Amino acid sequence: MSTLTLTPTTTDAPARPDSKRNHRRAVRRQTWVAIAFIAPSLLGFAVFYFWPTVRGIYLSFTDYDVFTAPVWVGLDNYARLFTDETFHNSARATLLYVAINIALQTVLALALAVLMHRLTQSTFIRSVVVMPYLVANVVVALVWFWMLDFQIGIVNEGIQALGGHAIAFFGDETWAIPTIALVNTWRHLGYTALLIFAGLQMIPKDVYEAARTDGASEWQMFWRVTVPLLRPVLALVFVITMIGSFQVFDTVAVTTSGGPGDATRVVQYYIFDLAFQRLDFGYASAISVVLLAVLGVIAAVQLRLTRAGESDLN
Amino acid sequence: MTSHTHQPRRRFRRTAASVIAVAVTVTLAGCAQAGTAEGAWGEAGELSYWMWDSNQMPVYQQCADDFELLHPDITIAIEQYGYDDYWNKLMTSFVANSAPDVFVDHSSKYGDYAERGLIENLDPLINAADIDTTRFVDGTLELWQGRDGNQYGMPKDWDTVAIFYNEDMTTDAGISAADLAAMTWNPTDGGSYEQVIASLTVDTNGVRGNEAGFDKTSVETFGLGLDDSGGGYGQLSWSMLAATTGWTSMDEPTWGSTLNYDDERFQDTIAWWRGLIEKGYMPPLAQTVGASLSTQLQAGSYAMVTDGAWNINTFDKLQGVNLNTAATPAGVDGERASMFNSLADSISVSSTKKAAAWEWVQYLASTDCQQVVAEAGVVFPSISSVGDDAEAAFAETGFDIDAFTTHIDDETTVLFPLSGAAVEINAVMTNAMDRVLSFGLDPSDLTEVNERVNGLLNDY
Repeated sequence: MSTLTLTPTTTDAPARPDSKRNHRRAVRRQTWVAIAFIAPSLLGFAVFYFWPTVRGIYLSFTDYDVFTAPVWVGLDNYARLFTDETFHNSARATLLYVAINIALQTVLALALAVLMHRLTQSTFIRSVVVMPYLVANVVVALVWFWMLDFQIGIVNEGIQALGGHAIAFFGDETWAIPTIALVNTWRHLGYTALLIFAGLQMIPKDVYEAARTDGASEWQMFWRVTVPLLRPVLALVFVITMIGSFQVFDTVAVTTSGGPGDATRVVQYYIFDLAFQRLDFGYASAISVVLLAVLGVIAAVQLRLTRAGESDLN
Repeated sequence: MTSHTHQPRRRFRRTAASVIAVAVTVTLAGCAQAGTAEGAWGEAGELSYWMWDSNQMPVYQQCADDFELLHPDITIAIEQYGYDDYWNKLMTSFVANSAPDVFVDHSSKYGDYAERGLIENLDPLINAADIDTTRFVDGTLELWQGRDGNQYGMPKDWDTVAIFYNEDMTTDAGISAADLAAMTWNPTDGGSYEQVIASLTVDTNGVRGNEAGFDKTSVETFGLGLDDSGGGYGQLSWSMLAATTGWTSMDEPTWGSTLNYDDERFQDTIAWWRGLIEKGYMPPLAQTVGASLSTQLQAGSYAMVTDGAWNINTFDKLQGVNLNTAATPAGVDGERASMFNSLADSISVSSTKKAAAWEWVQYLASTDCQQVVAEAGVVFPSISSVGDDAEAAFAETGFDIDAFTTHIDDETTVLFPLSGAAVEINAVMTNAMDRVLSFGLDPSDLTEVNERVNGLLNDY
């Protein structure tokens, strides 16, 4: 007992200034270790994200076709945005896509995650749920494209067998965006559910036990316990999926290519179209910058509103 | 406590950073500054040669092998990329100064390269080598003369369009090959072409389009297939009809200064053509997104489709369906018409071995190589003298190859309309034609659209 109390006093009293220096040295060493660890990704970030962003912002003020030097045009590209009907249309198409995709995906993923959390601990089921996410986006898009084909797709065969009329899922202007939104919901649902599921597992079991002792029903526990405690995770999932959703591209590229008419010419596809098909990199960059600003604002607002950094657990 | 107050901010910053990161991946840039170096006229070494059609690769590999025997100091490395990747890859390779020395070029694309000084003007080379330009099929060289009149490619093949039809279905409908060959068309009542289309259309009750009780809301087989609205070209959809009315898409065959989509003859043609949808003889545009013309023909959803000579082998390989070909109908002027296009080989300005590249390009357009191409029966060679060999090879498919070559013999071809601002114009026209075909616009509304595209052409 006495030795125990002695040890700290003997080492502590004279070594005080020394330990402070040690501590500082340790912190400094830790900083270098930390820097060493993040250096590779920092380099990647600087080379592949930061520099292209800066250059993209610069190019948005120029007329640039890749082959000849950029010509400074000031705000011309941004002014063009206001009169460009195709851009307005693509913004509307993208918003519609995001609304359908995010609403459905979040609600279904939450339901799926809660079901998994409350009903099963099976790793097998968790794997099955995340399976669609493991298939490449382009493959998912193509498989659905064929399954939903008007004339020879199996889904329409089924609809007709049930006595309905075949639907031109990708060909009809009103159906095209919802169809693409649903295909992507199908693909991302499992992954989103798994993210939420991870959040659910962080909620201590005793909270549920306490709730049950107080006579709460499953439904009440969901709204009064799960949802409030899940809020930070939900906010993060929301931000991540929404940013991803705004950037829908590959599904459109391999199915409708922006058609019919301009019905599915979403912003990202329009950017691609302008830059790589029409060599109008300046204007394409301007739209990219606008998209960047919009996404930045949306992310900031969402995180503020949902107080993502705070948890009710502490 | 401090760590607690710190956390939100830090996490927010991290998320904000990832927002920027993700959003910017497409902000492009990163590309090196403007760039194609002026190459050099090296005479030996390895030449890179790009092409997109995998069907043609064995043939051109054969040509390369033969060429290497003649020129021991030059080797040819053929690289093949699918059509969609091809142009993006080519563009980035130009930017990165790693463009292929020689590549297969498309008439709708080379204008962009020529005007940016990326591909070599071949005129001085052709003159110096004293090449007999009369050996090429008419029109092929013209398609490769840019807006400045210079020659930017050595033609390697040509194509026209024709009708592929399901022989069992025409037999059932009592239509003979001779009937098909004798088809006529006009924009008022569609002529015998429309009658053929009507009788080949069958609803789910087995009633034909020209019979009483035909249910156009429930069609099993459409008499005429539809792939898309045709955009500003209509190569496989309406060009072969519109061209018989005396209409041309521009004031000049190529590189014109005004577009003619406001012409009544064009709009009447489109009105008749889209009328087939209302009559139930052709599928609505919405139903055509998805499976290709050949797949639909194979599935029995279409009885006839119009497609290009480059697809002869694709149709030949279709299993379980009995197909043949027929020429497009004779139109208003009593003649048939077909759009005519040609692929060619271009040399990159940035190549360091341009002398060797020119040797290779000359060889590709020589009788020796074209003979190999002809005998393979994959495309129609650009040199007239080996045309018969190609026809003989193609005839092995069992298709009536006359349906394609008749346009050359009768001089009823219309050059693929090359113009400035082609990509922009086609984007506007595709949108407009899509809307016309889905009944959102009337054909007469194309007059207004024409003003827009003419504006694009004038600003160019």
